[in-house]
Amino acid sequence: MVEFILGRANYWAIIGLMMVGLYITFQSTNLIKRLVGLSVFQTSVFLFYITLGKVAGGSAPILYGKDALGHGDSHGGGHGSHSEADDHGRVYVPDTPVEGHDAGQLDDEGSPIDPALVDDSGEHTEAAAGDGNEATDHGSPVPDDAAEGSVAGVEQLELTGLQEVYSNPLPHVLILTAIVVGVATLSVGLALVVRIRESYGTIESDEVRLKDISIADAQDADDPEVIGSGE
Amino acid sequence: MIEAIMASSPDFLLRHAPILLVITPLVLAGISSFMPNGRLAWCLSILATAASTICALVLLGEVQTTPGGVVSYALGGWAPPIGIEFRVDALNILFLLLITIIGFLAAIFSWPTVAAEVRQEKRALFYAAYLICFTGLSGVAITGDAFNLFVFLEISSIATYVLVALGGNRDRRAFPAAFNYLIMGTIGATFFVIGVGFLYAATGTLNMADIADKLAQSGSSRTAQAAFAFIVVGLGIKAAAWPLHLWLPNAYAYAPSFVTMFLSATATKVAIYALVRFAFTVFSANIFDPGTDFVFLFGPLAMIAMLACSFQAIFQSDVRRMLAYSSVAQVGYILLGVSVGTAAGLSAGLFHLVSHALLKGALFMAVAGIVLTYQGTRISDFAGLGRAAPLTMTAFAIAGFSLIGMPLTAGFQSKWLLLQAMLDQGWGFAAAVIVAASILAVIYVGRVLQAVFFQPPANPRKVRQEAPLILLIPLWIMTLATLWFGIQSGTVLALTNEAANAAIPMIEGQP
Amino acid sequence: MSPETLLLATLIIPIVTAVAIYLLDAVPDLREASTLIGASALFVTAILLVASMDGGEGASLNLGQAAPGLEFAFKLEPLGALFALVASGLWIVNSLYSIGYMRGNRERNQTRFYMCFAIALLGAMGVAAAGNLFTLFIFYEILTVSTYPLVAHKGDANAQRGAQIYLLTLLGTSIGLFLLAIVGTSTVAGSLDFVPGGLLNGQVTPLVGSVLLLLFAFGIGKAALMPFHFWLPNAMVAPTPVSALLHAVAVVKAGVFAMLKVAAYIFGIDLLRDLPATDWVLAVACFTIVASSLIALTKDNLKARLAYSTVGQLAYVTAGAMLATQAGFMGGGLQIAAHAMGKITLFMCAGAIYVATGLTEISDMRGLGKRMPWIFGAFFVASLSIIGIPPLAGGWPKFQLLLGAVEAEHTYVVWVLLVSSLLNIAYLLPIPILALFPPRGTPEPAPYKRPEGAPRLVVIAPVITAAGTLVLFFAMGAIAEFILPIAGGV
Repeated sequence: MVEFILGRANYWAIIGLMMVGLYITFQSTNLIKRLVGLSVFQTSVFLFYITLGKVAGGSAPILYGKDALGHGDSHGGGHGSHSEADDHGRVYVPDTPVEGHDAGQLDDEGSPIDPALVDDSGEHTEAAAGDGNEATDHGSPVPDDAAEGSVAGVEQLELTGLQEVYSNPLPHVLILTAIVVGVATLSVGLALVVRIRESYGTIESDEVRLKDISIADAQDADDPEVIGSGE
Repeated sequence: MIEAIMASSPDFLLRHAPILLVITPLVLAGISSFMPNGRLAWCLSILATAASTICALVLLGEVQTTPGGVVSYALGGWAPPIGIEFRVDALNILFLLLITIIGFLAAIFSWPTVAAEVRQEKRALFYAAYLICFTGLSGVAITGDAFNLFVFLEISSIATYVLVALGGNRDRRAFPAAFNYLIMGTIGATFFVIGVGFLYAATGTLNMADIADKLAQSGSSRTAQAAFAFIVVGLGIKAAAWPLHLWLPNAYAYAPSFVTMFLSATATKVAIYALVRFAFTVFSANIFDPGTDFVFLFGPLAMIAMLACSFQAIFQSDVRRMLAYSSVAQVGYILLGVSVGTAAGLSAGLFHLVSHALLKGALFMAVAGIVLTYQGTRISDFAGLGRAAPLTMTAFAIAGFSLIGMPLTAGFQSKWLLLQAMLDQGWGFAAAVIVAASILAVIYVGRVLQAVFFQPPANPRKVRQEAPLILLIPLWIMTLATLWFGIQSGTVLALTNEAANAAIPMIEGQP
Repeated sequence: MSPETLLLATLIIPIVTAVAIYLLDAVPDLREASTLIGASALFVTAILLVASMDGGEGASLNLGQAAPGLEFAFKLEPLGALFALVASGLWIVNSLYSIGYMRGNRERNQTRFYMCFAIALLGAMGVAAAGNLFTLFIFYEILTVSTYPLVAHKGDANAQRGAQIYLLTLLGTSIGLFLLAIVGTSTVAGSLDFVPGGLLNGQVTPLVGSVLLLLFAFGIGKAALMPFHFWLPNAMVAPTPVSALLHAVAVVKAGVFAMLKVAAYIFGIDLLRDLPATDWVLAVACFTIVASSLIALTKDNLKARLAYSTVGQLAYVTAGAMLATQAGFMGGGLQIAAHAMGKITLFMCAGAIYVATGLTEISDMRGLGKRMPWIFGAFFVASLSIIGIPPLAGGWPKFQLLLGAVEAEHTYVVWVLLVSSLLNIAYLLPIPILALFPPRGTPEPAPYKRPEGAPRLVVIAPVITAAGTLVLFFAMGAIAEFILPIAGGV
């Protein structure tokens, strides 16, 4: 049980952050604090993605050591035969070594499998048994969390001809995009707060609401003066 | 007409229509932000939306002529599922057409109201934001990649927050409205992205068609279910599905007229598209059975939305708020059609979506015309306008009749289809809710129409003054479309039927 | 001209008339002339159409479809032809009357008034000629919407309130129940066409059939079956010509006509006889007949009393349909014509009194007959017709209904009909009698509002229709033969 909980420490942290963020967003009346809460909430999602992409023992997904040096010849041949058997029509080289590492994280409960890629490796390593359901077959016998999936990672190393273990780069890329989106949202939000402050003189949402209500009441009473000040 | 466009379009356009549809407004958005004055930016926005509309028509032709009905475009030559794919089938071509055509009409109509409501130095930027929003919406509709969908969703949303906030020149309440929209919208988008993360965890791919295949093979898992939950909540917020709609009334009521018009006709619709895409195509039947699960999920919420928000609409004193609440109720109609889970129900829901986009666009255009000439959006401000602005208000009345569901309007056709879909399933209660909500619509539309046509003008200074011609033309195009689709619904019906069948391949062939 | 062209003409003439009225806004004389020309043209077309009918088979016309299964189809059958004839014929008389009334009262917005009138006639013609439920529903709604501005014509708070109730009740019942019934029919039967002998016959279980029948009976709100009758008294805020033509002829008759048509062509006599709900609707109709007559007794406002009288008389038609016998249908069909002629006379008399004196309360009208003998004479004749005394038109339908009730072995209906006739006497006859022969010591009635009294047109119109009730009595045999096919006879 303790192992179960500790093995998923990342996820607990993410859930914690997420709840804190949402709570701040909804509970706070200060508009800046609400944006802060929103950012915390988004950050938890970034962490979630990064956790997804992490392979135990893997380094950042930049080729180094023998991979970086030997990439040209050790893998090139393999790739050639690979592309012949390739029915997915992939024609680009750079991603191919990384694919193996995608496939390295086999798990059924929270870390990525890329069956398409497993299919591929399956095709040229286990040609006899290679079938479309390879991915799921692979997935089930490894119940461990991503953090403990290194065995599978090492296994897959042999399939791709890479020497080192790398994390999955795709979630990193995704989350870079998401961070940019988050920054853009935050900046728009802050700009809005500035405008709210300019026109209402406060950044407390309950005070803003009170002022709005008083104007609305005045409008209903058809009091032209207050309406004028509201605009 | 489509054949003619197909025949006359160059090979380049035929091949690259999907990306041109999205990239043209994006590039022109950048250019228009540097325009010295708003009028040039306006012309650019018309140009961009017109180009996109042509692309959408070409795509329609391609979808209809391609065997299998799927046009796939690999971005940068990186074949899916690794590369990002733009994937157009019968379902999203419907939405692409809707967005681009309404975007085009909205762009034409926009200038007078923008000139009146947005400060001069902001106009070029306003159009840039509009084009970015347009890009985002059409991107959502065209992309076949789950994460890319999120990015486009946020592109459109962030632009939308800005557009809503620009209403602050007229009424400062636009700022808090935009802020709340931002908070809710970002939470929705983040929920969506969590769901996409779970999907990636479950399948290891981000291509939606690929995800669907993988899920169909692997069967249901907790991860996939969690993904579904997050995606539904996330998109539900964007689509303003009850009870996640609280951002909408204020945002619609205080945004610049043009923005309200454009958003009401497209923004929530696109989120509904994404919802349909995920629910029916991505989470294929063995994860989630549209026939049963959706019923319990969306059916009741949709019915509550229809009744509760129609009821709230009755008590609004501001026409735009009233129409905003009505929009939430109409989203309920659409989701009710979707929730039946049959092709007939989905087709009815989509038809209602199209007819609602047209009629709500027309209604908000008419309101924009009134705001322009008479200022004021309260019902009392509308008193006696039937005499002062007969052309605008007749269009308003026709669109209002369509909202009620009077015969000979598109609204009637869609309600007919919805009722039939409900009764086919034996859902007498749902049919009863539909008609009850329609009666509530009679009340809230009737309140405005009565003020417009049967009350003396509250303000005797109101002289006879129509909205400018450039505003009336798109208004009447949409109004006549509403009428035309009520009399000859065949064109749209064929599109929605195809779309529904594309979305539900599993149960195709059922009535 | 071919019958198809004529059928199309019945739909186009009102539209053209409406457009002409709109264009002639600035020239009142020409505007009214175009109304009269349109009405006459429509009547002639209707006569030609009836003449072209052969053995119950009328012209049919298909204007395309809105969606698969939803066709704009028209097919004239005898009952529809009768309704079209009555509505268009009375439009002429009523137009004459309207001109006198509207000018006499110096009403505003007269262009809108005449335009809406023409569109309402379009609705009535469409209902009469509809070939399926979908088309019928469309024109039914056109009729509802186009009459709303007429009811709200005065524009004061009272008129608006009445018009709101009017619109809400009619739209509410039609969208809430009628539409549901139509969609249900389409789901069950897969079609919406009017089929002699009954579309649903043999296709539904008694439960589904009963539900549909109840939805139809209450959904056709224009038939004013209780409890959805209250729109009719509320519609009396309208100017009297509106009450006369629309709420004695076009609108309410469209309601009961739709009811008869649904009973004959959607359910069919055989199915109706088997459904348990038929008896319930019959009971409701009988209750409506008696209750509305009792309410009418308590009303002192002339138009309100006439409105409740209309509610009761309409329920005769529904009751006739629900008797599910040949004589019952026949009684219902004849009642449409006979009551139209009688009630329009009564309303026009009420309007004439109002134009001349401004009086609306019955108690103020004692002795008024001396000053307006023609009006009260017409009123007297029409009252006798409504009550059902031969040799006036109202006698026939009552007789047929009695026959039908006996044939269907519903004894209580016989009693209801008899009691109702007595009540009719009690609430209608005192009005002309007290006006014409005031008891001694009655104070002189109030002086004319206008020095010259009622405009001539306003007096002529009701006299014509009162004479019509007499003529109609002798034409009833021919009419009965004409509409025999609807009742399943040969």
